[in-house]
Amino acid sequence: MLSESDLAALIITLKLASITTLLLLLIGTPIAWWLSQSRSRFKFLFEAIIALPLVLPPTVLGFYLLVALGPNGPIGGLMQSLGGQSLAFTFSGLVLGSMIYSMPFVIQPLQSAFTAIGKRPMEVAATLRASPLDRFFSIAVPLARPGFLTASVLGFAHTVGEFGVVLMIGGNIPGETQVLSIAIYDHVEILEYNQAHWLSGGLLLLSFLMLLSVYALNRRFSITDRC
Amino acid sequence: MTIEVRYTIKRQDFILDVDFKIPSQGITAIFGQSGCGKTTLLRIIAGLESCQTGFLKVGDMLWQDEQFLVPPHQRSIGYVFQEASLFAHLNVQKNLEYGLRRINKKDYKVSLQQAIDLLGIRPLLQRKIHQLSGGEQQRVAIARALATSPKLLLMDEPLSALDLKRKHEIMPYLESLHDELSIPIIYVSHAPGEIARLADHLILMDAGKIIDSGSVSELFTRLDLPLAHGDKASALIHAQVSGHDMEFNLTYLDFPGGRFTVSYKPIEINHPVRLRVIARDVSLTLEHQSQTSILNIFPAVIAEILPENDSQLMIRLSLNSVFLLCRLTKKSASLLDLSVGKAVYAQVKTVALLL
Repeated sequence: MLSESDLAALIITLKLASITTLLLLLIGTPIAWWLSQSRSRFKFLFEAIIALPLVLPPTVLGFYLLVALGPNGPIGGLMQSLGGQSLAFTFSGLVLGSMIYSMPFVIQPLQSAFTAIGKRPMEVAATLRASPLDRFFSIAVPLARPGFLTASVLGFAHTVGEFGVVLMIGGNIPGETQVLSIAIYDHVEILEYNQAHWLSGGLLLLSFLMLLSVYALNRRFSITDRC
Repeated sequence: MTIEVRYTIKRQDFILDVDFKIPSQGITAIFGQSGCGKTTLLRIIAGLESCQTGFLKVGDMLWQDEQFLVPPHQRSIGYVFQEASLFAHLNVQKNLEYGLRRINKKDYKVSLQQAIDLLGIRPLLQRKIHQLSGGEQQRVAIARALATSPKLLLMDEPLSALDLKRKHEIMPYLESLHDELSIPIIYVSHAPGEIARLADHLILMDAGKIIDSGSVSELFTRLDLPLAHGDKASALIHAQVSGHDMEFNLTYLDFPGGRFTVSYKPIEINHPVRLRVIARDVSLTLEHQSQTSILNIFPAVIAEILPENDSQLMIRLSLNSVFLLCRLTKKSASLLDLSVGKAVYAQVKTVALLL
């Protein structure tokens, strides 16, 4: 069944996906809120940048990240001059890469959920003495709950499934940066189809279960009558 | 205590230019056609519409001047929107408590229980929002606004999204707000019927400007204003119950111009009532008719005559300084030789009791 390195890859994958999703929710929520409320002329620019990972080949994204994170790149160089190490081929580098890669999958559902709420509930809350921060947490967040659920699952699942970016910036260090998708690739390359089956089947099941829960929960939480 | 409002706003296709004071008691209605700026004005008073300059003072509370602006959540207002706009993720009880939990205990004037009883929503407290009818939702929304003990209640056509049956369902609750709470209310509407029933004071708006303001009964009968024209033109009369005739099941209502006789209404003696008399239900005679089925006949003097259309005239009658409107054909006016200052008898066919 699962070898020791496969198990390590599974744990790293789940850890990576969890941390990435959590950080993306933290950073993505205010960005999505701003995008849903802003009437700035430059909003389209930010929307295009956020959607970029959707269309860019992961290897292109991975390549630029590798350059940026490496010891001679701007981010890696900065890290080294601050006494740290360059981020290329580290778990932290993977998290950063995954965040960029999965960003649209978290921000876009949040943005459309916030937009769907409309201005009215926030105005009502304002006339009921709720400060802007108060109404964000007491009105916008609960009303956007289906959006948060979708964003979390899509962000998580998309990170689990990434390959190109990870390969470029994480390398393939077992126990450190080797994730499931790359472990599968390795097994296939040396014709260990049995192992590849186990891992692929597991991922297939996991992805399906996650999507199933999103659709089931969103149906339960759906707010049909907004008036 | 008064409410002072001064704003001049220019937008691409819209100018709002208002400067008025209203008494901070009773219901002040803002009346005008759609797009005249009445909702924008209400939103400005609530602080929901941002405008850089202007002046707004409610009693001793300054909410905006040249240097100073109080954000909406720090204004002691209640706002009832056209649609109930209840929070879909909270049940009725939680909706009601939302504003209540956010005000200081020392500012409690209206208790939650009082608001619940006033709007008759006690049986609904544990319901989810989508289980309520449109009329019930609007009643919850009004109670939710009241529960914050506002110093000023703003209502933006609270009945316009409802059908006639729901309107009639809510109207008595709005009337009880007027009678039982001392909170001043600004009520935006384009329905003269609602204003006749509810309002004490009236502001008429057109194209972003205030064309006149005053007591409802005065403005309803001013022939230079749009309210005194058309099919629904009517006079509003304040009267009080002076007695009942149990033999014929009648109730007598006295007003400065005389006494109305109407079908029996179980109202206490001396209780104030509002009457609405529609202009087309009033006819004129030169002599007091005794051979007629009409009971309500009053001596009157013609105060003003204005042509209504090709064939009809609108006449303003003074009944001892109370005004009635009367719509006649030009032919009748010519036959009776009517002119301003002439003494006539006004026969009122039907009168609506508004309570």
